[in-house]
Amino acid sequence: MNAPPILIPHASGTNRDGEAAQAVRLSGGDPRIVHVNELRAGSVRIGDHAAILLPGGFSYGDALGAGGRLALELRSWFADELTEAVSAERPILGICNGFQVLVKSGLLPGPWGSARSVTLTENRAGRFECRWVTLRVEPGCRSGWLGAAGGVTIRCPIAHGEGRIAVADDSVTERIEAGGLVAFRYLADGPRPTSEIPVDAKGAYPANPNGSVGDIAGLCDESGTVVGLMPHPEDHVLDWQRPSGPAGNTGRPLFDAFVAAAR
Amino acid sequence: MVVRIDVTAPDDPAARQILDSAPLIGVDRLVGCTVTRVHHVRGELSDSDLARLCSEVLVDPVVDVHTIDAPTRSGGRVVEVAPMPGVTDGDARELERAASELGLPTIEVATARRYELHGELTDDDIARVTRRLLANDTIEHCREGEMAPEFAAASAADVRVESIELDGLSDDALAQMSRERVLSLDVTEMRAIQAHFVGEGRRPTDAELETLAQTWSEHCVHKTFRAQIELTHTAADGTVTVSNHDGLLPALREVTEELDPWWLRSAFVDDAGIIAFDDTFDLAFKVETHNHPSALEPFGGANTGVGGVVRDVIGVSARPIACTDVLCFGPPDLPDSELPTGVLHPRRIREGVVSGVADYGNKLGLPTVNGAVLYDEGYTANPLVYCGALGLLPHGMHPTEAHVGDRIISLGGRVGRDGIHGATFSSAGMDASTVDSVGSAVQIGDPITEKGLIEVIELARDATLYTAITDCGAGGFSSSVGEMGEELGVEVDLASVPLKYPGLQPWEIWLSEAQERIVIAVPPANLPELQTLCEAWDVELTDLGTFTGSERLVVRHGDTPVVDLPMSFLHDGLPRREMTGAWADPAPAQVTTPTVHPSMVLELLGHPDVASKEDIVRRYDHEVRGGTVVRPFVGPEADGPADAAVLKPLGTDGPLAAVLSNGINPRIGRHDPWAMALHAMDEAVRNLVAVGGDPDRVAVLDNFCWGDPTKSDRLGSLVRAVQGCTDGARRYRMPFISGKDSLFNEFDGEAIPGTLLISALGLVPDLGRAINSAGMNPGDDIWIVGRGSADLGGSLASDVFNLEACTVPKPLDDPLPRYQAIHAAIAAGLITAAHDSSDGGVAVAVAEMALGARLGVAVVVPADGLDPFTALFNEAPGRLVLTGSPENRDAIATALGDFGRRIGEVTGGERIVMRAPTGGGTTGALDPLDLALIELTIDEAVDAFTGRRAS
Repeated sequence: MNAPPILIPHASGTNRDGEAAQAVRLSGGDPRIVHVNELRAGSVRIGDHAAILLPGGFSYGDALGAGGRLALELRSWFADELTEAVSAERPILGICNGFQVLVKSGLLPGPWGSARSVTLTENRAGRFECRWVTLRVEPGCRSGWLGAAGGVTIRCPIAHGEGRIAVADDSVTERIEAGGLVAFRYLADGPRPTSEIPVDAKGAYPANPNGSVGDIAGLCDESGTVVGLMPHPEDHVLDWQRPSGPAGNTGRPLFDAFVAAAR
Repeated sequence: MVVRIDVTAPDDPAARQILDSAPLIGVDRLVGCTVTRVHHVRGELSDSDLARLCSEVLVDPVVDVHTIDAPTRSGGRVVEVAPMPGVTDGDARELERAASELGLPTIEVATARRYELHGELTDDDIARVTRRLLANDTIEHCREGEMAPEFAAASAADVRVESIELDGLSDDALAQMSRERVLSLDVTEMRAIQAHFVGEGRRPTDAELETLAQTWSEHCVHKTFRAQIELTHTAADGTVTVSNHDGLLPALREVTEELDPWWLRSAFVDDAGIIAFDDTFDLAFKVETHNHPSALEPFGGANTGVGGVVRDVIGVSARPIACTDVLCFGPPDLPDSELPTGVLHPRRIREGVVSGVADYGNKLGLPTVNGAVLYDEGYTANPLVYCGALGLLPHGMHPTEAHVGDRIISLGGRVGRDGIHGATFSSAGMDASTVDSVGSAVQIGDPITEKGLIEVIELARDATLYTAITDCGAGGFSSSVGEMGEELGVEVDLASVPLKYPGLQPWEIWLSEAQERIVIAVPPANLPELQTLCEAWDVELTDLGTFTGSERLVVRHGDTPVVDLPMSFLHDGLPRREMTGAWADPAPAQVTTPTVHPSMVLELLGHPDVASKEDIVRRYDHEVRGGTVVRPFVGPEADGPADAAVLKPLGTDGPLAAVLSNGINPRIGRHDPWAMALHAMDEAVRNLVAVGGDPDRVAVLDNFCWGDPTKSDRLGSLVRAVQGCTDGARRYRMPFISGKDSLFNEFDGEAIPGTLLISALGLVPDLGRAINSAGMNPGDDIWIVGRGSADLGGSLASDVFNLEACTVPKPLDDPLPRYQAIHAAIAAGLITAAHDSSDGGVAVAVAEMALGARLGVAVVVPADGLDPFTALFNEAPGRLVLTGSPENRDAIATALGDFGRRIGEVTGGERIVMRAPTGGGTTGALDPLDLALIELTIDEAVDAFTGRRAS
């Protein structure tokens, strides 16, 4: 089968695009790292790609809040292309800064254009933190393409300063939970899976590393096409990348599902 | 029209941090604090424009509240803080750009922070909180109450070139001029300049004088390291030896040339040292210091320190792939009363430095993977900030030869008045007035601009668009262009240089150390392609001039001549210094060791130099680029200390990985700087071998941080340390591939302890065989390599338990065989865990392994003829603790030969049990009455090490 072309947009300050490309390639995709200036100039078209992966980093240095400026660019430059991608069910995945961009632009959890009631803000501890966590792909998540990885446990690092999911009020949490918009949740295991039956972090630091409401590590939109998460599954796609303990629990199932949906 | 927009996140962690920190600086009455981001916006915006700016950019509807032209007043006292004019204001620039993106009218922005402080606060409390927690008056100004905005000053262009009369000036007058202009030149050097211009029959311009001062600065030309030095060395037995040293730097280079291994690609000649990685790729490595700036503005100093060393690696055409940092601070619990005037508190310096390192490395997408943190009163006024960078480049892809006719192209940041005199300022000591005279030498970095440079240089390199490259660092263009054009000569026009703001005089443009710039030589035919590349990646390109072949440095500003100097005088006109140094080794002292007690191990584990650095290191991204094999923390709970970092560079194939480690021990240097160098090299190798590195493929960097070398005792110890380095390079067969000296680390005449950092770069042949200090299994044998030493001088135990020891352990004469043996055992897969014995000796090493693995252990530490205290805590070189399965006992014994002894087992329970024979036997004198006993629980050790004393 042909490898589907997968767009990895690069803005000034983007990093982890190289690892995202590696993860996509290992799962059978054809990653294409393209600077947003080229997308804006039209020399490369978003519509020529089967999926979009917004990678991690510090787009524009996080000035004006993490992901804020790239989110503004998505809204002002690429609104039509993104709307088209969503309606054509071409999967969109945002990781870390990419997730922040999707949330700040209003794509996650959506609906796009409505007043934002969810945000990603400073970690409860008030600083950037890097550590390994364990998360679960929520079996009840409404995203169709992510369903292929539903229930899977992933160990991978987080590396962020503004990763705490905050909501305007409790009704927002209810809507997200009831609507199946929670895509990933932090588990209690921390740096290594210890339990046979996964248990939620229940807000306890550092298993929930940033104080996110409901241990939510990632979200999807109503259509299920757009998915984002703070941790870095692309940094655990090879067995030697794990810090300790038995092999397994890599991020591969997530990228397998993503690339499969792009075919 | 100027509008003020105030944005507050009521739940801002920054406010909580201020509340938490206030009691630590003696302010107990601060009960509430809010932090507000203030934006002064000048422009013709309608109400709906303003509303869009707020909703689309400035205000997060979920967590922020905002006001327009109506700052909240909740009854507390208000302090506002704003960047000084000329200091980078990133948020303001981004907001201006965002407005244009939204199609709004052009705006100008100035930002500030507003603090509302609640409680029964005195004026002194407000002053203290402001000075210590809210603002740094080197780069920010502040006042109580609302502050009027200061927009970037619109001063007119100022093309003024001053000529300076030197003819007839006396030595005193020359010295005074050097001082007043921050030239940091001595009278002999000033006289040489005077003679040159008298000979030419004209006065130098301001820019010419400044160019010479930069090029001849200690920072740029390493005067001390090139000087002719006479050393008087008095040995411990009173024997006096006088020796002559024909240059310290040549001595270091000479050993490298002598060793000259096949895998050495470039040593000392480039911005960074280069060694072979595999058949396709090379590795570039450099460590820099940024001490003086970090003392004044810790965040900016450390921030630009990382930026600078990363550019060194870009400067050899490499893609940076990792960072390291070694930090030395004053005691975090230093009482305010002991803080010298004009010095920031060590805790404040630490917070700023760590934030600065984290900010830059994280934003560049580089893992910060290896380092150390040391505390000593000697670093209170002069903290040390060592920043390192590792890079990867395809072999043979670093061009170094510009041609006549090539264009001189500057890429990256714009030029402002920032950083002027950095090179000369760091070539002098400091005192309380330093901030006032050289505040301009301190700057804030812009990692995103540098990230653009990384991308563009990699692409330009692969397309072979340039013929030479160098970093633009200390001395700005005057150094980078001056050095690059040394052979050919150059002509430069400063009128084309893009400025951050108008009004800079030509010499300021020429000398500005504005960050994030790289200079490359580009054949004219390649310019269009480079221009296209730069536009695609948002990198600014400036054509400065051309390589002429005239062998002169010619600088103009439009038609105004600025500099016209022969390259020969600029680079070879500096008179060589003749200096004298003296060093006396201390006479041995009688040492009485205390009785061993289990709490001693806990006390050492909790000592700031040993204890976990998680609070600092977790703020660095050590995972980005997905290549980290051995991380800073190891073991099932990821809290055991790692010996070294192992990295698999993204984009390389096969099992080969790189390893980074370091060695540093100023405690030993106080007694014996020669031994300090050998011990630091040993520590670097021990650490590297402990994770699976090959001891036969190690390159090292030297980094000397010392006091004023014109004082004979400082110079004496420095020469001894260099002698240790050259002796060590021969004994370990490790070439130095690059280095750096930072001298004049003095405050009011008090010097830091002479501090040598050895940074090692090596290879792990198979990343699948990389191990760490916590990988053992229950039932494993525990082995030790190496023998103890009776000498406790320079040991942590000697410091902590107040012993008078001053004789340091003897360095190893022939260290390599033991490391080769250990490496063979690790490479064969026989070893499950390894950890080096350093601070706190074998007792601390064993405890660290046990706590990291959460597995109990029982060992009998060999007496080696020592009393139990010395046996447990001595810091003899060449020692590692290893573990391996009993099934492999014979194979391990064979591999380690006489170097290895089995000392116990991983019992797997909750207890750490260490015995040391009192009988002076070699090992296992198992009569319990003869054994001093240390018994701890794993939990006690974890608590002491991590500082979590709760459980």
